[in-house]
Amino acid sequence: MNIRMLVNGAPAEIDVPGSRRLLDVLREDLGLTGTKEGCGEGECGACSVILDGQLVDACLVPISQVDGATVRTVEGLARRRAGEADRELDELQAAFLAAGGAQCGICTPGMLMAARAYIDGGGGPDEEAIREAIAGNLCRCTGYTKIVEAIAMAAGRPAV
Amino acid sequence: MTIRTAPRTAAPGGVADALLVHPGEVVPGRLKARGPLRREGPEKLTGEAKYADDLVFPGAWFGATIRSTEPHARLMGVDLDDGFDWSKVVVVTAADIPGENIVSLISDDQPVLVPVGGEIQHQAEPLVLVAAPDRSTLRAAKRAIRVRTERLEPVFDPLASDHVFAHYEISSGDLDAGFAEADLVLEGTYRVGHQEQLYIENNAMIAVPREDGGVAVHGSLQCPYYIHKALKRALSLDDVRAQVIQAETGGGFGGKEEYPSILALHAALLALKCRKPVRMIYDRHEDIAATTKRHPAIVTHRTGVKRDGTLVAQDIELVMDGGAYCTLTPVVLSRGALHAGGPYRCANVRIRARATRTNTPPNGAFRGFGAPQTEFAAETQLNRLAEALDIDPLDIRRRNVYRVGDTTPTGQVLRESVAGEEVLERAAEAAEFERMREKTARSRPPAGSGDTGNGRPLASAAARKAQGIGLALAWHGAGFTGSGEVKLASVASVELTGAGEIRILTASTEMGQGTKTIFPQLVADALGVPYEAVTIAPQDTAVVPDSGPTVASRTAMVVGGLCIKAAERLRTQVENSTGGAFADTYRDYARSHGATRIDQRFEPYPGVQFDDSTYRGDAYPAYGWAACVAEVDVDLDTGEVAVTNVVAADDIGRVIHPILAEGQVEGGTLQAVGYATIEEMKLVDGRYLNDRLATYIIPTALDAPRITSILVEAPFSGAPHGAKGVGELPMDVGAPAVVAAIHDATGAWIHDLPATPERILAALGATTTPPAPASVSPGASAGQVEKKVEEPIRRGTDPRPQGRTDPQPLRGPQD
Repeated sequence: MNIRMLVNGAPAEIDVPGSRRLLDVLREDLGLTGTKEGCGEGECGACSVILDGQLVDACLVPISQVDGATVRTVEGLARRRAGEADRELDELQAAFLAAGGAQCGICTPGMLMAARAYIDGGGGPDEEAIREAIAGNLCRCTGYTKIVEAIAMAAGRPAV
Repeated sequence: MTIRTAPRTAAPGGVADALLVHPGEVVPGRLKARGPLRREGPEKLTGEAKYADDLVFPGAWFGATIRSTEPHARLMGVDLDDGFDWSKVVVVTAADIPGENIVSLISDDQPVLVPVGGEIQHQAEPLVLVAAPDRSTLRAAKRAIRVRTERLEPVFDPLASDHVFAHYEISSGDLDAGFAEADLVLEGTYRVGHQEQLYIENNAMIAVPREDGGVAVHGSLQCPYYIHKALKRALSLDDVRAQVIQAETGGGFGGKEEYPSILALHAALLALKCRKPVRMIYDRHEDIAATTKRHPAIVTHRTGVKRDGTLVAQDIELVMDGGAYCTLTPVVLSRGALHAGGPYRCANVRIRARATRTNTPPNGAFRGFGAPQTEFAAETQLNRLAEALDIDPLDIRRRNVYRVGDTTPTGQVLRESVAGEEVLERAAEAAEFERMREKTARSRPPAGSGDTGNGRPLASAAARKAQGIGLALAWHGAGFTGSGEVKLASVASVELTGAGEIRILTASTEMGQGTKTIFPQLVADALGVPYEAVTIAPQDTAVVPDSGPTVASRTAMVVGGLCIKAAERLRTQVENSTGGAFADTYRDYARSHGATRIDQRFEPYPGVQFDDSTYRGDAYPAYGWAACVAEVDVDLDTGEVAVTNVVAADDIGRVIHPILAEGQVEGGTLQAVGYATIEEMKLVDGRYLNDRLATYIIPTALDAPRITSILVEAPFSGAPHGAKGVGELPMDVGAPAVVAAIHDATGAWIHDLPATPERILAALGATTTPPAPASVSPGASAGQVEKKVEEPIRRGTDPRPQGRTDPQPLRGPQD
């Protein structure tokens, strides 16, 4: 099945079985390995991406549902200036780095996308609301304290 | 002793203490006193970091494991279906192993693959390996392989097993005299089950054949040199042809300490046979079903105490379930036994410990390494003693906690860095323990209101909610047990390359805890150069020396100390030659002298001695100390527990990086909360029943309490930087604090972890008649009061083996 989509602002076209998981298309067909697999059944959120503005688990989305859609992954967060190798972390990534919100880092891409969806949806620095927003994303390292703190820091600034 | 903490609340307008973290007080843009930013943080945050499954090896095949579906059986044969084209794939059995069919660790009992004719010892045991160029061929090949077995009788009860992996007895004083002196004797039996590490990245390994006939493995792992040793032995390779390279590692917690050795062997065997890179990336189901768990344990306490709360006798028996193979069980048991009395002075102690074999998947390393099991029991026992004596839980700890000059049951005199009292007071103060405890006592529903008898309508949410607060205290030996570090003789290196680059070479892995940040920090400080000027070499056995495994909270204390000493030697060498400050002259020195590498080998800490054969002496060079106060809401109708707030005060010696250290405290605390409340592994016929993330649950952000971490610094003089390690300490103390809080809320003691709704409801049912008040009333006769709350201790359960014993019961610990 021929699929066209916009991934992190760039057009992508692939020909794969329609039942192939969005996660596998991202990781294996497009080489975007920032999106991680933790359980393959929608429990851990490590594969969270933003599909047409909605936070989804990429392991549960068949690619046939993505035709014509817009996908944002962790690779699309940092800004890269044309012609420069260095990337500039967005305010969420910068807040995670400053607050200690990433430890082993395996949940981090999914956590960032959940936080991105929350902030883009108008979420603010309220702790309970942040915890609700990331309740589908498991982290085993941090106890969530510094993740919540990082998202609150980022949410307290004007959304980009 | 330096305490880098301030009173809990900063004065209005005052400067908040940089080391106090109040997650509830999230202030956008607030910055805390910090070390440098996490070294590999940007790569992790942009998705550029390469974990094992992110690595691309062109032409790589996919590997899979055929596992047993019986807990105990004889492998009679492996049949390959004639209908399948076997030329498309490779199949590996035990017969293909070029070296010894042994996963090298402490004991030589675990095979890489069960040979035909051999015994299968547990469910999910590896029997046959297969690799194919694509996943669908692999699936078809797996379906075409049949194993024939003859079932044998399994043993699941660690108390009934006569195969003893290890046993210890630690004793001091005169137990009979101690009990004779006691005003109260309390008995209790505590049980804890399996716990899964549940790193979010599953175990993963990719093996790549080398041109010299050897193999390189790239994987998610904690201990490159454990795997290196295992590869050399089973594959008959030398130091060079066996190569281990750590990929970015998505959490370990002990679960990637010893397990990756067998996975690396499997991938390597397939790769050597098909001459292609082979990927073995476990999915979550396979990871939970097959990999190691925290050891289940049964701990019985018989404690004698004076009326004023002074401990006078502790008789403790510990039985751990090792699972089917030895793995690290003797050292887990050792650490569990050494911590079993808790951080308390007691003149008359006997601790008997044994670990036995059952036909369940092997248990192994998990953060805390035996201590969370025994300290849960010790702390719950002490909280029950406080209740029986009508003494405040804080006061009974103040009375008994170790102070400088006290002696432990192994005869170790605690000469320095003893901060049990400090962490206790800091946690109690920050949590307002006494005030909150009075409040929960006033609001406690009358006895019987938790009755959930049939037909009773559910009360309103508010009416059925009971609040409680609980306290626990723990110690954790820093670094390897006993003479472990001396035997290991780790090496860490600092190199000034010919190009003028400063490079750290260690085998210590980064798995989220911050190795790659703190080592450059320590070395930069020792050399007087900026943090950015120091780089760290990849964890590749072809590049770095064996600085020991990344375990036992030893990285910051032991290997960090070696890095500092190596850097100091380098600095002296350069400055003696150039006559100028290192920072100003090292580039010129490198140009004129070429590369300079300083290898620093571990030297015993002064005055620290342990005798492995008698279990006497300094079990650890120093101890970390932790106190935890937990607040809970218990739903009296459903038995559900919400842990709402936790204050954790941890003495970790000198703090190297506050944010990373807090991260360890917060993460360890939440793992302990999960252990206390929801994490439960169920077994059927020796198989993990809930072997998926949908059924083995861990806390989400909504389940997690607000965690306030307080770092206390009581430096250890043996380490050049005074650090003691932080990783495991918070894991020891959370569960008993939560259970104490559940008791405060409900009046029910939970003796078995986790404190599930089912267990809480059962315990509440048992307390619909109010519990007997404290059994020692003022003015009671001085005679000894026996209070048997639990089922009696199993008499005659001498831990010394009745049956066969593995030959290494008292060998040097190496956790």
